Amino acid sequence: MIGARFPLLNAVVLGPLREHPGRAALAVAAIALGVALGVAVHLINSSALNEFELAARHLAGTADLVVRGPRAGFDESLYPRLARLPQVAAANPGVEADVPLAGRQEQLRIIGFDPLRAAEVQPALLPDRAGMVLDLFDADAIWLSPAAAEWLGVKTGDALRIQVGTATLTLRIVGLLPEGAYRQRLGVMDVAAAQWRLARLGRLNRIDLRLRPGVNVAEFRSTLQDILPAGVHAASPEAEGERGANLTRAYRLNLDMLALVALFTGAFLVFSSQVLALLRRRTQFALLRAMGVTRRLLATHLIGEGAALGTIGATLGLLLGYALARYALAYVGADLGAGYFRTIAASLATEPQSLVFFFALGVSFAVIGTAPPAWEAAGRAPARALRAGDEEESLARLRTPWWGLLALAAGLLLTLVPARHGLPVAGYLAIALVLLGAVLLMPRLAEACLERLPLTSRLPAGIAIAQLKATPRQSAISMAAIVTSFSLMVAMLIMVSSFRTSLERWLDRMLPADLYLRAVRGGETGFLTPDEQQRIAATPGLDRTEFLRTQNLLLDPARQPVVLLAGPADAAAKLPLVGPSLTPRATDPPPVWVSEVAADLYRWHVGDHVRLPIGAEMLPYLVAGVWRDYARQSGAIAISRDLYIRLTGDRLANEAAIWIAGGVPLATAERALRERLPPDAHIEISATRQIRSASLALFDRTFAITYALEAAAIVIGLFGISISFSAQALARRREFGVLRHLGMTRREIGGLLGCEGALLSALGAAFGLAVGWVVGLILIHVVNRQSFHWSMDLDVPWLPLVALAGLVVGAAVATASWSGRAAMNDDVVRAVREDW
Amino acid sequence: MLAIRNLCKSYGGVRPREVLRGISVELARGEYVAIVGESGVGKSTLLNLIAGLDQPDRGQIALDGVEVTALADAERTLLRRRRVGFVFQAFHLLPHLTVAQNVSLPLVLNGFSPGSSAARVADMLGAVGLAAAAASYPRELSGGEMQRVAIARALVHQPQLVLADEPTGNLDQETAIEVLDLLREQVKRESGAGILVTHSALAAATADRVLVLTADGLRAR
Repeated sequence: MIGARFPLLNAVVLGPLREHPGRAALAVAAIALGVALGVAVHLINSSALNEFELAARHLAGTADLVVRGPRAGFDESLYPRLARLPQVAAANPGVEADVPLAGRQEQLRIIGFDPLRAAEVQPALLPDRAGMVLDLFDADAIWLSPAAAEWLGVKTGDALRIQVGTATLTLRIVGLLPEGAYRQRLGVMDVAAAQWRLARLGRLNRIDLRLRPGVNVAEFRSTLQDILPAGVHAASPEAEGERGANLTRAYRLNLDMLALVALFTGAFLVFSSQVLALLRRRTQFALLRAMGVTRRLLATHLIGEGAALGTIGATLGLLLGYALARYALAYVGADLGAGYFRTIAASLATEPQSLVFFFALGVSFAVIGTAPPAWEAAGRAPARALRAGDEEESLARLRTPWWGLLALAAGLLLTLVPARHGLPVAGYLAIALVLLGAVLLMPRLAEACLERLPLTSRLPAGIAIAQLKATPRQSAISMAAIVTSFSLMVAMLIMVSSFRTSLERWLDRMLPADLYLRAVRGGETGFLTPDEQQRIAATPGLDRTEFLRTQNLLLDPARQPVVLLAGPADAAAKLPLVGPSLTPRATDPPPVWVSEVAADLYRWHVGDHVRLPIGAEMLPYLVAGVWRDYARQSGAIAISRDLYIRLTGDRLANEAAIWIAGGVPLATAERALRERLPPDAHIEISATRQIRSASLALFDRTFAITYALEAAAIVIGLFGISISFSAQALARRREFGVLRHLGMTRREIGGLLGCEGALLSALGAAFGLAVGWVVGLILIHVVNRQSFHWSMDLDVPWLPLVALAGLVVGAAVATASWSGRAAMNDDVVRAVREDW
Repeated sequence: MLAIRNLCKSYGGVRPREVLRGISVELARGEYVAIVGESGVGKSTLLNLIAGLDQPDRGQIALDGVEVTALADAERTLLRRRRVGFVFQAFHLLPHLTVAQNVSLPLVLNGFSPGSSAARVADMLGAVGLAAAAASYPRELSGGEMQRVAIARALVHQPQLVLADEPTGNLDQETAIEVLDLLREQVKRESGAGILVTHSALAAATADRVLVLTADGLRAR
């Protein structure tokens, strides 16, 4: 046993760290980058979600229940019926809509409620001075939240122009809500004014209820449901907030997982560099063991080194992640691409438990990466470790393929497990196991491939091949680092490419007309009246026009409403159906076609009879087909517009698909359409290709964060390749010294390492391609399907994959050659001598 | 064949030291010379300078009429590849190459065809008594066997000069004698000349002449 403890620490940990600080710095950087990305993504998402839930709570005020209907709302006669119930202490009727702003592309959420009732239910939303409440009874008056006023750049007394139908309506800003009452963008009107001005006369779409003390909320809610009309539900304010959380949960998990990919790659990098570094130092360990250092003491020091690097990396990662999140929220916003939180102004919500979790994850990954090679190195019999060429023997245990095959089989089995609480937990586990299986199989696969490499007498390839053939397990460790990072890149590329190609095909199918005319882009108050529809249809130069009405149905208060699309009767021929479709028999109820998302969320199948609250009644419908829909994430139901009008009496439309008569130029048709409508009518006319390219641009923006996280994983992967090669180059300095004595030039030795790098990375890239393809399939068919409920067709982007493989091989060759050069200073000659 | 004139070499660092001062010596073709001296006196440095692995501060080295010290690094490397063979104290066989591959390395470097190198490697392994070990890896050999392989590697391309640095330092006496005899025999048969650096009297005794390296220079014993 060595007498003092610190000399051992110096010999085992500090000395090597001082000798090769670059290796330690890269390992720390990899862990730090992984933790930082995880922390930043998580903090941004959770801050946005926190604001989302806070907004729902503030809007509900002291209400115990919120009664909600579809966008079209419900008859206002429901309000007095509910207000008179003995259990209800106070009720406030409301109209809530996302209203398009005239002259802008954005919308503002406006809520109309009764200011007098609000004093009992939502007192925080009332102005500070009582006199100001009276201003709100003016039909043109609106209050804005401070966030909305700042965003719009307006103040009290200014005008606010909104769009209803195709017309512009000017409201007067009479004041601002109290500071802190509502942190998001909101406009508040009197409910009667809102009904009139937003074209919702006689309709409400929310009623906030405060119950008398002692009333059991859950029991009352259940009783209330029996008297509510079809499609109207009561939910707690908490459930209102959770609805947003539910919609975004899978998306948030996917981003978290993507961020963790960087950490996983970093951990593997620590593992591979540690294996190779410990192999290099095996004779030192053997010497220490020979001097009486116990296996446990040696292993503790080595694992402690990993833990120390992990702690430094995780601490730096936390700081960097926090700063990234703070910067993003302050300057970029809370939306990470999908648009869920686009209008949310969030301040950074610090979650100590999440920070502790990511810190622990960073340290654990570093320890997990260090422990196996440390334990193996400490346990090696000193006498054997002292012999040259023992490195391969010490890795002999890696040769068994059974653990790898078992992990692969378990991973593939997990792909059959359904989502848990809407999250693809098993899918992610499957990916982790497939990657683990591939890594564990790598020594066997490397051996099999390298065995078959033909020997050549050409320099430097000949020596490179001989070296690799003789060290397949060490080669496998370098290859595994490449396989891990490259396969994840491949998988993401395949997934994104498949999604984009499927989206392009979907757009082709969904946009068959030449022109599309919309009352407004987004929002809930734009529409075309029957008179406007007639004028549009009668425009000269048009071949055919189809009108579409968009509404929504609240089927489950815990979920976002499902979109109802009332369009042409021959939907089966026009929608991108997946699977079989049915033609209804005479005895069947009317047909509807449901999107994959709706089918998954509500467990509907083709042939099912489902009851839907379309119009005043809950009636049965036949699910005649399931179609692919990438636009509506909460699900969609397509129905014939004629049937919709019969059921609801609603003859309004939101958009028109227009086929132009042969020979008429697009611009001429567009001009003719505008001439048919009033000059101040707010309509948007777009050619199909414009909508198509705007949709694809939106897709690319959505995936920008994915690309950024993927790029981070690529950088960490390249770190790994660099560390792996430099560790090997250092381990082989004496060998290079001998080769220099034998007459090899520095360039030739650089070439030798470059050849080794090229061979290993080419093999690694080939295996990475195969593993990435499998992981890509799991992402497409399991993770994506379980997260977002839509399918996509596999599309392998060969050209970008080949380019990426070329980049990896190029990077490997460059880092290998560079490592060789760095290891080949003048000392390399002295490395073969013991004396002057 | 080898002419060294007034060679000087110092090393910098925290404790600068002059390792070689005014070294001059000449070696004729076929000559096998031993250089002896205390540890740290600069024996290995002298070999490095002769082989062109390092540059002297002053002085010239000419190998078969070629001024080594005037050559660029790449030219010195090529000269070493073609005309010099090395034998080290710690053998320094490449652990991941077989015995035959280790021996063939200088031939491969010199562009010999696989066919002619295989025959030559077999000859050399036969000459050092290790024909049966061609496919073995260095870790499977004893110290003496490894040094025999190293000798075969140093001579396989018939260099003009063999530099042996303490070739028996890691061997027992009996094996050392065998290796020394073999080295002398092979240098005489395959090479132009040889320099044996050692501080073993036993090893020095196998040389044609013995030179002593001291801090003051190189002199005959």
